[in-house]
Amino acid sequence: MRYGLLAIVMICAATQGGCEGVLDPKGPIALAERQILFNALSIMLAIVIPVIVAILGFAFWFRASNERAHYRPDFTYSGRLELLVWSIPAMTVLLVGGVAWIGAHDLDPGKPISSTVTPVNVQVVSLDWKWLFIYPEQGIASVNKLVVPVGTPISFELTSSSVMNSFFVPQLGSQIYTMSGMATRLHLQADHLGTYPGISAMFSGDGFPDMRFTVDAVTDEKFSQWVSQARETGSTLDKQTYADLVKPSKAVAPFTYRAVAPDLFGSIVNADLGMQGSSLSICSTSQRAER
Amino acid sequence: MNLLGKLDWNAIPLHEPIIMGATGFMVLVVVVVLGFITAKGAWLYLWHEWLTSVDHKRIGAMYCILALVMMLRGFSDAIMIRSQQALAAGGAQGYLPPEHFNQIFSAHGTIMILFMAMPFVVGLMNFAVPLQLGVRDVAFPTLNSVSFWLTASGALLVNISLAVGEFSKATWWGYPPLSEMQYSPGVGVDYYLWSLQISGIGTLLAGINFVTTILKLRAPGMSYMRMPVFCWTALAANLLIVAAFPVLTATLAMLALDRYLGFHFFSLEGQGNQMLYSNLFWVWGHPEVYILILPAFGVFSEVMATFSGKPLFGYRSMVAATMTICILSFLVWLHHFFTMGASANVNGFFGVMSMIIALPTGAKVFNWLFTMYGGRVRFSVPVLWSIGFMVTFVIGGMTGVLMAVPPADFQLHNSVFLVAHFHNVAIGGVVFGVMAGYNYWFPKAFGFKLDERWGRASFWCWFVGFYVAFMPLYVLGLMGMTRRMQHYDNLSWQPWLIAAAFGTAIILAGVVCQVVQLVVSIRHRGELRDVTGDPWNGRTLEWATASPPPAWNFAFQPKVAGLDAFWSSKNRAQATKDEPTSARDYEPVEMPKNSATGFVTAFFAVVIGFALIWHIWWLAIVGLFGAFMTLLAFSFRRHNEIEVPAEEIARFVRSYQAGVAA
Repeated sequence: MRYGLLAIVMICAATQGGCEGVLDPKGPIALAERQILFNALSIMLAIVIPVIVAILGFAFWFRASNERAHYRPDFTYSGRLELLVWSIPAMTVLLVGGVAWIGAHDLDPGKPISSTVTPVNVQVVSLDWKWLFIYPEQGIASVNKLVVPVGTPISFELTSSSVMNSFFVPQLGSQIYTMSGMATRLHLQADHLGTYPGISAMFSGDGFPDMRFTVDAVTDEKFSQWVSQARETGSTLDKQTYADLVKPSKAVAPFTYRAVAPDLFGSIVNADLGMQGSSLSICSTSQRAER
Repeated sequence: MNLLGKLDWNAIPLHEPIIMGATGFMVLVVVVVLGFITAKGAWLYLWHEWLTSVDHKRIGAMYCILALVMMLRGFSDAIMIRSQQALAAGGAQGYLPPEHFNQIFSAHGTIMILFMAMPFVVGLMNFAVPLQLGVRDVAFPTLNSVSFWLTASGALLVNISLAVGEFSKATWWGYPPLSEMQYSPGVGVDYYLWSLQISGIGTLLAGINFVTTILKLRAPGMSYMRMPVFCWTALAANLLIVAAFPVLTATLAMLALDRYLGFHFFSLEGQGNQMLYSNLFWVWGHPEVYILILPAFGVFSEVMATFSGKPLFGYRSMVAATMTICILSFLVWLHHFFTMGASANVNGFFGVMSMIIALPTGAKVFNWLFTMYGGRVRFSVPVLWSIGFMVTFVIGGMTGVLMAVPPADFQLHNSVFLVAHFHNVAIGGVVFGVMAGYNYWFPKAFGFKLDERWGRASFWCWFVGFYVAFMPLYVLGLMGMTRRMQHYDNLSWQPWLIAAAFGTAIILAGVVCQVVQLVVSIRHRGELRDVTGDPWNGRTLEWATASPPPAWNFAFQPKVAGLDAFWSSKNRAQATKDEPTSARDYEPVEMPKNSATGFVTAFFAVVIGFALIWHIWWLAIVGLFGAFMTLLAFSFRRHNEIEVPAEEIARFVRSYQAGVAA
């Protein structure tokens, strides 16, 4: 643990006092993941540092020119050392393996966050090259901007309109792939007010570097405000407007939809947007090719 | 119907100054080399002694030359990636537009893994394994030549893609749907597919050849537990090749069917399943990592034992560790996509399995450590690479285990932390390993040592350059930077990326030192000559013959009585003051005849590949027919061997012994 703290202090110092990303968690998932990162790191550093010292020490002491070093050309086997050689890594693996197994279950992206607050559901669609966030209960949708109430678990359902992407908000925790034709699950929560960067962490073509979004973690009142504001502006997201949205575009400024056609997300996952869907893919092909 | 398929003048990117400059440079180099060969009148020599050679030493050397050339190509890509990311911060776009940048990182990965590391590792195995086993050649010498030339064909196709058309923009792993026709309609992915398919077949054939050689052809007395560790690691690596490469071939074939004939293995429509590709790709991809690193482990084992002046510590546990890694490497592939949404049990299982590989690997590190204990370590260039490896690799191993913890991976997956990790093991492990092997076996291959001073300079530049280039990426990964970004907004990343670019410049100095080392060594080959055949006071059989070894390797097949066969025979000779070679009757040796089969088949393979990439169907048929006829012609060959007369062998041995005595 000491080493872990040391590492974070050093990295923070090196980034001119401003920690960011994974090392600056703003929610319970990211916090737990940082803890696991540090635990695993310190378990391993406890063995790795002595090994590096030993490598350099042995190499230096047993240099050919050192007359004081004892030459033992027949030292090729020692049962005790063999035992040591295998048991040290075994102990490490046992410890870190435990961390991995328990962590994989505790922080399973599909596992809901236990909380007394009712979660907010968000449906995420990765498009070429922007993010669509549908709020089914609120009946609104937003592009490239995710607004969430602070201290409330967010339950995500994610899919993709075309190629694979990975939905990732480093300061809130786990990322998860978005894949067309299926929905993945993710649960995150923001514990602190603020604006956090979100990215796609899976290369998806020419517009990939601009496939960014922001996450605004706001108070409950601000969230309701934002929702009612969104309900009054913008157009309705239905098959028609979705078809427009699907067309490839880069670095899209955030905007909202006042309403969303019922179960749009389901029909995106099942790709049953009717005839429109198939003509859609052809049009998107040629447009992608142009770019 | 267009006779040239999709090919026309637009395929040559005349409007792209960077690409045209690189192409011009490439053409210039080729012209200079060809001109030099013509000026020296060396075409016939080249044809008879190298291009059609089936000698495992020559083929090994050609593999290494191919790898070094491709390293220069892949490294120029690396310089472009690092300089682009150092520049393109905030609103800046750098100097590489996305369509070019995306090709560069896809080519960098493909080249470095499949056309640099693979040929280098296979080349070292080719050169050293038969010598260490005390035999005269591999099991199937002509097949060996075919393997090499198919690998070279793949490399050639990748280089052609620079000038004609484009390379893949869909990353080196080519995940669909991005790599499907719908999203990558250009020829880039086709170049990727066919260069990998052709070289992959070559690698598979090499794997079969080496497994057979190691299992069936060993000097009398060399039981499995007397084989040098490098041979063990070569066996493990080639078993992995035989088991894993067919998976790659099948996977890419399915992608090709999707792209060419509208199948739906991985497509969005028609119930294709993109997750299937990821799984299949890494079922090959993870063993591939061990195909590269295991032979490197073998090199370090040989080098540490030789230069410590004592046997490898814990030989049996080294062998056990090697074979354990060989098996476990097939049980961890899912750790490449913990973030795909598998259940906690699946993620947990693959996380723990991945860590278990650290157990035999850790044991290996300790065994190298105790090999130095009680030794007399001479710090020649190969040892520097080996110690540099040990220090660097434990750090890379540590970050690897870190990412095998699924929740940690949920944060670090696809970040530049990952990029730093696999370069930490790929450079710190594989590159340092092949460099150690290159410096170690060079005198055996060419009869003179490589210059020590430039070798040291090269090592230190690579070593320091590696840390300067990749430690910042670890930090950036934790700061939330993902990989493959053509530009980025966050200005606080830029100083780190400038540092990384500076590190790349230091590595560039290391690469330059390597080139200089080679040139200086060739010029001073008189002083650096190795007449004894045993320049490092070696332990294994390759040092028991002349440098360079004659085509037949050993005048008499060595008899092996234990581990470190040559070392013990040297000790015995010293003890009894025995003349090592008493007058014995030399016998004629049957050697495999040279064959142009490999070269010609590979020529047709390039034709097939090029034709398929550009949809020139008639040319593909011509190529297939040509390749088939070549193999047919070979199978009807009546005389497969030539006899080396006893006098020639006697003459060679006498001149070698005279050299040793002088």
